[in-house]
Amino acid sequence: MIEIDGLTKTFGPIAAVSGINLKVGRGEVLGFLGPNGAGKSTTMKMITGFLAPSSGRVRVCGFDVETQTIGAQRMIGYLPEGAPAYGDMTPRQFLAFIAEVRGYSGSEAKARIGDAVRKTDLDPVLDQPIDTLSKGFKRRVGLAQAVLHDPPVLIMDEPTDGLDPNQKHSVRELLRAMAPRKAIIVSTHLLEEVEAICTRAVIIDRGRIVADGTPAELLARSRHHNAVTLALPPANIDGVKARLKGLSSVASVDQQQRSDGTIELTAFPRSGALLIEDISALATAERWDVKELYAEPGRLDEVFRAITTHDAARAREFRA
Amino acid sequence: MKPILAVFKREFAAYFATPLAYVFIVIFLFAMGAFTFYIGHFFENGTADLQVFFGFHPWLYLFLVPAISMRLWAEERRSGTMELLLTLPLRLSATVIGKYLAAWAFTGVALALTFPIWITVNYLGHPDNGVILASYIGSFLMAGAYLAIGACISASTNNQVIAFVVSVVVCFLFTISGAPLVLDFFSAWAPLALVNAISSFSFLTHFTAISAGVIDLRDLIFFLSLIALFLTANVVILDLKKTG
Repeated sequence: MIEIDGLTKTFGPIAAVSGINLKVGRGEVLGFLGPNGAGKSTTMKMITGFLAPSSGRVRVCGFDVETQTIGAQRMIGYLPEGAPAYGDMTPRQFLAFIAEVRGYSGSEAKARIGDAVRKTDLDPVLDQPIDTLSKGFKRRVGLAQAVLHDPPVLIMDEPTDGLDPNQKHSVRELLRAMAPRKAIIVSTHLLEEVEAICTRAVIIDRGRIVADGTPAELLARSRHHNAVTLALPPANIDGVKARLKGLSSVASVDQQQRSDGTIELTAFPRSGALLIEDISALATAERWDVKELYAEPGRLDEVFRAITTHDAARAREFRA
Repeated sequence: MKPILAVFKREFAAYFATPLAYVFIVIFLFAMGAFTFYIGHFFENGTADLQVFFGFHPWLYLFLVPAISMRLWAEERRSGTMELLLTLPLRLSATVIGKYLAAWAFTGVALALTFPIWITVNYLGHPDNGVILASYIGSFLMAGAYLAIGACISASTNNQVIAFVVSVVVCFLFTISGAPLVLDFFSAWAPLALVNAISSFSFLTHFTAISAGVIDLRDLIFFLSLIALFLTANVVILDLKKTG
């Protein structure tokens, strides 16, 4: 439902987005990841028609965003970064304005507003000026505005930024509930969010897509993918370590001390090997005093850091 | 038409949701009164008309109207609502016209609230109410022209102070373009046709013509086409800003 072709945006000499190609279909929740300044927001601004691309094009439900802007914008619910809203209005007035602009009137407008309010739990603050609301409620006003017309395409720039864990949870539930009928793009810094709600993760760095796959595929690229961690008392730790290293499926072992004195050993597999069975069998046979034993699915932050260039590395590169 | 109305209603209500409207109206009315009675010597003149009153309008508008228009777009940009507004399924022209009409209607309210002076002059004598009505219409049109200029300038900068100062200067030039200060600069070298053209852009000339009681089609067309011109420029500027 969203087709992006060779999308490029330059601001003077700086290329904020360079040559992004992307297709998002119904039922997909695409997590848009990347360091600050990678071009996430700029891309979203072009999808929603706020910025015109320098080259390339975006189609939303068949409408070209540049030439059929209004047609495309009707199909989109957009939560801009920071969830801007008119602070002097109450959520009720604000949503009435959005409903009117979206072409609803009378009982239909009322029903739409009621629905959006219910989905975002805005009832308690409906008649307070938006300026006086907490960050969480402000964000929810922005969400309500975006879902009011039940759009087939949702574009959300950091929808859970600044929310407490409960609010994050309810926003994710909301997105999950709507996901099957929509194409959703969510930008975020929270990698756990990607694992929680996204069917697909795209990492962009310096305006280019550097990774595109399901969260599981990305996790598989992590060094910790299928790694096994054991927690043991410090006694005879070297012996345990040596035995672990002796396993043919183990590539290396890391050691870490916890604050309570227990030692955490993490065994990393040779490529593709499944470690958990070997190691649990070994632990039983050797009668190790294992406090914890678990396999890791992989760490997204590790993949993220490996793929996107570090600011420090970038600065060094720049100096050189 | 409906989208224009939606934008208009929101914008118009916003004036009265903040102290802005009340402060503006109070100062506008106070200044009008002060100028008319103390500087214009309304009573001492002893004539039953509102000429002195309307005579001050261009000069008051010069400072008060840019104070309204400066926030028109700059404020939307500052608060981020610009992004919201421009990604709603609205034509850019509808958004521009809706916001503009709200601001114009607001100045209309301020202008209408000067009605006590009309009552006063009717109480004291027998003025020509036709002339007064024409003057009100002319004043309202002139305010609209100042506003259109200010709105266009507000769209081109993020900074409200810059928007204010530039608007005052541009409005000033339009106000006095018929005066020697401007014409002398051109008359030395420019062809007569150009000098005449410049002088015909003077708000003062057109406003004075209307407030004499004659609503000439040419004066109407002058103000309305100037408004249309600057609103079109406003749309173009916003569109250009999209390309960053």
